[in-house]
Amino acid sequence: MCQIRLDNVQKRFGDTPILADIQLTVEAGEFCVFIGPSGCGKSTLLRLIAGLEDVSAGNIHIDGVRVNDLPPARRDVAMVFQSYALYPHMTVYDNMAFGLRHLKLGEVEIERRVRVAAESLHLTPLLTRKPGALSGGQRQRVAIGRAIVRQPKVFLFDEPLSNLDASLRVKTRVEIARLHRELGRASMIYVTHDQTEAMTLADKIVLLKPLAGQEGVPSIAQVGHPLELYHHPRSRFVASFIGSPGMNFFDAEVLAASGDGVQCRAGGQVLDAAVNGRTCAPGSTLTLGVRPEHVLCGEGPHQGRVTHLEHLGEHSYAYLDCALSKAPLVVKVMQSALAIGDTLRFALPAGQLHAFVADGEALPRLAALPPAAMRAVSAAA
Amino acid sequence: MTSQTLTAAPPVRAPSVQSSLQRSRQRMAWLLVAPALLVLLAIAGWPLLRTIWFSLTDAQLGDLTQMQFVGLDNYIGENGVLRDAEWWSAVANTLQFSVISVTLETVLGLSVALLLNTPSRARTLLRAAVLVPWAIPTIVSAKMWSWMLNDQYGVINVMLQGLGLIDTPLAFIADPDLSFFTIILVDVWKTTPFMALLMLAALQMVPTDCYEAARVDGVPRWRVFTHITLPLILPAVLVAMVFRALDALRVFDLIYVMTSNSRLTKSMSVYVREQLVDFQQVGFGSASATVLFLIIVLFTVAYMAFTRRRMQGV
Ligand SMILES: Nc1ncnc2c1ncn2[C@@H]1O[C@H](COP(=O)(O)OP(=O)(O)OP(=O)(O)O)[C@@H](O)[C@H]1O
Ligand SMILES: [Mg+2]
Repeated sequence: MCQIRLDNVQKRFGDTPILADIQLTVEAGEFCVFIGPSGCGKSTLLRLIAGLEDVSAGNIHIDGVRVNDLPPARRDVAMVFQSYALYPHMTVYDNMAFGLRHLKLGEVEIERRVRVAAESLHLTPLLTRKPGALSGGQRQRVAIGRAIVRQPKVFLFDEPLSNLDASLRVKTRVEIARLHRELGRASMIYVTHDQTEAMTLADKIVLLKPLAGQEGVPSIAQVGHPLELYHHPRSRFVASFIGSPGMNFFDAEVLAASGDGVQCRAGGQVLDAAVNGRTCAPGSTLTLGVRPEHVLCGEGPHQGRVTHLEHLGEHSYAYLDCALSKAPLVVKVMQSALAIGDTLRFALPAGQLHAFVADGEALPRLAALPPAAMRAVSAAA
Repeated sequence: MTSQTLTAAPPVRAPSVQSSLQRSRQRMAWLLVAPALLVLLAIAGWPLLRTIWFSLTDAQLGDLTQMQFVGLDNYIGENGVLRDAEWWSAVANTLQFSVISVTLETVLGLSVALLLNTPSRARTLLRAAVLVPWAIPTIVSAKMWSWMLNDQYGVINVMLQGLGLIDTPLAFIADPDLSFFTIILVDVWKTTPFMALLMLAALQMVPTDCYEAARVDGVPRWRVFTHITLPLILPAVLVAMVFRALDALRVFDLIYVMTSNSRLTKSMSVYVREQLVDFQQVGFGSASATVLFLIIVLFTVAYMAFTRRRMQGV
């Protein structure tokens, strides 16, 4: 059982702050995913936990022990690198066994562990090959195997699937989820910038945002269960990052606001949003947001002209020119009979609207999480 | 080095039927390497052929128009080079010199390269500084060391005496027991930087993430060195050693300047020059030069066969 706690961790390279005010707990056995735009410091945070970089300030505790000054070897973590970092001159077997040989385990035990790992990762026929003679997906599995045989308390994955093609990615994603269930007690921290991976694998998502040289802003935009981030984004940054295609945003003027909801006007039309508007004054400006999949299409008070269509098979995305926003409004439609130039009527349910004040902070939504999501979130907590 | 370029140049002819595109590509390839081949033929091929021809005659340096074909007399005749004890002693000297100096240079070069490979601000400066001995012409450094090691006015003897390590000055160059090692010492001083830079280049090719993976796995440093660093830089080290060995087999200037008259340190090249210039024996000298050439060819071929086997083994 192993808990990882980061306490006010900072990291700067020279004078540039990269990570600020990281306050995070990863519970034992939890699958925690770091996600965020490129360059926001996900790898750096992982390397801090691994001990490959030193923290500039703050503390890291693993299993209750402060590990700031412990070398990587004594933190009992195993890392799967984005580049795989396989030893090019060793066979698959030796790649997996090399990290064990200095532990005085005995060759029998080493062989047993390698065989078991190879079996579960379908690597047995490849044990005598060298990395140069493997495909990307196979190399990636070797890298995972090398971590498994160590039997560490914590697994660290740095974008392990980013070099794989789409179908292999899905397959390996499922395998990693299975692995996590099987290994049970080990905590996993997993870096990705693919939000499908994050949503499907995570017990807990940590969304990081780039500091861009600002002082006094924490790096973590939001921590929580995937559905929590999806349904209750705490800021416009989170709302726009989670979900694909991204949320639609448009400006609106507040007509009336109370703890039970906000009434606004956008593009000459009046909209109700089920958010707690106690803090906003009539006459002020809000940014409203709605996800493409939450727009009700077919009938309703609003209408827009279809300027572009994306057919994905089961459903399509329509880009609408409408009075509400300058940018095209993206909506998910189930019918494929739609054509460019058609007019589409739609409604924006009050319960599906998000509202953000000028600095990007979200007004709390009144709608609770859907029941299924509630169950998942409370199970994780 | 020349032998490698030579073998690498001609394109391989495919055994199967060739398309016209392939043929025109091959024509282009030949066209592109032709100038280099011509230059090589002119500056390496022709002198070599002439040397081999001279070695089959009794030519004298005084008058190269008067010579007679004598067959293999210069090689295996009664006074042929292969029957000359002095030649064999030169061969032994050269081999001994090559083995010892290349070994020392490899070990020292690797150590220096490892030091230079640790990241630090001073590294760039050090890298340049380390190259100085290599940049000094051999004649200059040989002279310099001759003076520094002189038993009457050399600074080294003064320093050693000052430190109380020796009572009487040592004749590093004149003393037959010391001169051979003195020469090796100077050669090592001069060439270690070159080896160090070649190995530094190899070290920097080793992917850093391999080291990080080993660090996370807690592999001890020494094991990382023997099991990751060494195997990965070994090919480059071998190439560097072969270049150095080929150089060492031809060693001339250092020995010529420092101990030109000593039989104990005479190398093959010094022997050849002595025959050709001092004794004016162009025929005999050419024969010994040809034998020297063959020894180096043998060495190169052995090396190439070895690397080819290794490449196929991988
Ligand atoms: N050794 C270093 N020295 C200086 N700056 C660095 C160093 N390593 C990383 N950085 C900077 O830190 C920031 C975060 O880098 P990091 O590699 O953690 O990003 P990331 O979130 O993993 O991005 P990606 O998704 O592209 O992998 C980047 O802006 C990068 O330029
Ligand atoms: Mg990264």
